[in-house]
Amino acid sequence: MENKFVVSSSPHIRDNASSRRIMIDVVIALLPAAAAGVYFFGPRALAVILATVFSCVVSEYITRRVMKRESTINDFSAVVTGLLLALNLPPTIPIWIAAIGGAIAIVIVKQMFGGLGQNFMNPALAARVILLVSYTEHMTNWVNPRGIDAISTATPLEIAKSGALDAVSSATSAYTEANIPSYAQLFIGQVGGSIGEISALALLLGAAYLLVRKVIGFQIPLTYIGTTALFVWIFGGTSPFTGDFIYHVLAGGLILGAFYMATDYATCPVTNKGRIIMGLGCGILTGIIRLYTNYPEGVSFAIILMNIAVPLIDRYIVPKSFGGEKKVA
Amino acid sequence: MLFKRFFKGGAVVPHEKNTENCETIQMGVPAKAIIPLLQHIGAPCEPCVAKGDYVKVGQVIGDSDKFVSAPIHSSVSGTVAEVAPMLYPGGVFVNSVVINTDGNQEICESVKPPNMSNSKEFLKAIRQSGLVGLGGAGFPAHVKLAVPPDKKIDTLVINAAECEPYITSDYREIIENSWNVISGINTVMELMGIENVLIGIEDNKPDAIKEMTQVAATSDKINVVKLKSRYPQGAEKMLIYATTGRKVPPGKLPLDVGVIVMNVNSVSFIAEYAKTGMPLIKKRVTIDGACVNKPCNVDVLIGTSLKEVFDFCGGFKEEPQKVLMGGPMMGIAQFSLDTSVVKHTNALLAFEKNEANLPSQSTCIRCARCVRACPMNLMPLNLNKSALKENIEDLKKYHVSDCIECGSCSYVCPAKIHLVQSIRLGKAIVGQAAGKGGK
Repeated sequence: MENKFVVSSSPHIRDNASSRRIMIDVVIALLPAAAAGVYFFGPRALAVILATVFSCVVSEYITRRVMKRESTINDFSAVVTGLLLALNLPPTIPIWIAAIGGAIAIVIVKQMFGGLGQNFMNPALAARVILLVSYTEHMTNWVNPRGIDAISTATPLEIAKSGALDAVSSATSAYTEANIPSYAQLFIGQVGGSIGEISALALLLGAAYLLVRKVIGFQIPLTYIGTTALFVWIFGGTSPFTGDFIYHVLAGGLILGAFYMATDYATCPVTNKGRIIMGLGCGILTGIIRLYTNYPEGVSFAIILMNIAVPLIDRYIVPKSFGGEKKVA
Repeated sequence: MLFKRFFKGGAVVPHEKNTENCETIQMGVPAKAIIPLLQHIGAPCEPCVAKGDYVKVGQVIGDSDKFVSAPIHSSVSGTVAEVAPMLYPGGVFVNSVVINTDGNQEICESVKPPNMSNSKEFLKAIRQSGLVGLGGAGFPAHVKLAVPPDKKIDTLVINAAECEPYITSDYREIIENSWNVISGINTVMELMGIENVLIGIEDNKPDAIKEMTQVAATSDKINVVKLKSRYPQGAEKMLIYATTGRKVPPGKLPLDVGVIVMNVNSVSFIAEYAKTGMPLIKKRVTIDGACVNKPCNVDVLIGTSLKEVFDFCGGFKEEPQKVLMGGPMMGIAQFSLDTSVVKHTNALLAFEKNEANLPSQSTCIRCARCVRACPMNLMPLNLNKSALKENIEDLKKYHVSDCIECGSCSYVCPAKIHLVQSIRLGKAIVGQAAGKGGK
């Protein structure tokens, strides 16, 4: 045979998608939220972001090196983890704690379980929770954003937890007096909180980009936010069906969690049905934690708890093959 | 008629229909014809000629007494040089009849218009014609058309979707021989007692839709269905769903939902065969790919070597790195240019270096694009994992046998994992275990 051809199994063409491109898309989508954080909290927020991203990338490089495996820093997944972690931290966090968080996320949660796609928990969220229980004081030290001159430096959800929300009427003047942020302030991001969770507007902008690029589907975010809203509406008020669900959707990390964290590929189900279950579970757990526990915020815990259930969901939700949905006539 | 109905999943693949305006060119007689005795799904044929015999065009040179098989005819006149195993496009050696041609193309006396006055005669004639599914699968047509008495077929679906990139063989048939297509459809309708015919064409071929709609207007039983251009629209189950709304259950055949699917070239051949009685000895093949000097559609005598076909199309611009028989999604990569064109060859593509080498695989990121792309609702990422672990139980749980190997999952995978390849392995593992009496 004079010719030496490449012989391979079909298909012989591939589209131009790549894992790296997907990660870069997520980074692009997170930029508005990061920019909003830097705008409202100043250069300090930028320092935190750089610290976690740097820590994540370096940790990834070193871990892969130690494990004698191919370096994976080029796939940008470590950058995504670092960015997500920073957006979940208060802007006042000491830089060294932020850096430790990055290392925890990559070394313990991601690489020790096999690296990209193998981790059973969202690395950024798991790291955040570890930091929260380890450095509770630093992790709950909130500052007011630019343009707000109030005495209270609580997050909107802490305000809600204190019962202030129930005590006042919904008249704007009463809200201002009680230091409760208005919907508009919540939407823009003029509230206390983690670097990246405050501006619903910026987060939704990025989310729209991810949806258009088909990096994420609408199943998890929609069911997650919808379920939380419904739960709060039913159980969150002084009497049933009076809960301020708009406040709860806009405040805290719900939008950040629903669009960017619960949709993490490695830790969410692969089928649409499974993803809807994931969204429902996250929504109910977030509602329960926010309304009935000592924690004002439940997004991180809810997502992490559902992460653990993902292998189970994927094991039991196996779709019927095409044509197998109904019996033969 | 436009159906909004559409299967879930699939992939958007490039069309690359570069040869759609290339009128079919007749290619001459090769110096040597290598005709494999297996050009279909089913039992291989036994040779009915021996070394030194003189054979004529249309003469039966191989046949089998098995039901699922189709006779092989000589496409040339000449002397049999040998009957020996030769390299087959599938990469294996198959017993083949090698004929040194004399160029006279003397037609065999047995070639005469068949008697097709009832369905029994029709099936016999179809078998004698050697017709196999010309869409690419090569399933013997007389087997497909032999409907068990307890099944009622009400619809004939004509597959002209041609969803594979590059291939324009079906398209050219419609543009060049639309009356033959209609005539063949009428024959099948009449003799099979079918009342309703739907011709499915993807909407990226507006001229074919226009042409077919025009000629189909002669009968109110024949309708053209415009299909969304999305791969794998031409897969049998997807096509039946898009045209009729019926879903063929896993492990069942189209006739279980009252449908027979035939390729547009197959029905056109039936019309031609009814007129002349000349069996299946040639095939329109689309020649394309970056290395080919003159991409075109060629009528090739079966048994012509790939090398001669490419030479006929002006040879190569540069040495190809990969040669495919069939389209880039489901075609078979060739080891050599010495293999020959067979009955179900619909395209020959010669790829250059960049197209030939697939990108390297990385780890699965569980993005679930493969799950969304699978037209059969499978979970390719799980099948891949189970196959590599040889976990038979899981392979069955994730319905490995329902995979149609269309390649959509591999195509969309951002980690470039060879999903279909491992699923094929998975099928083999399950088949082997079943053969051993394992679970």
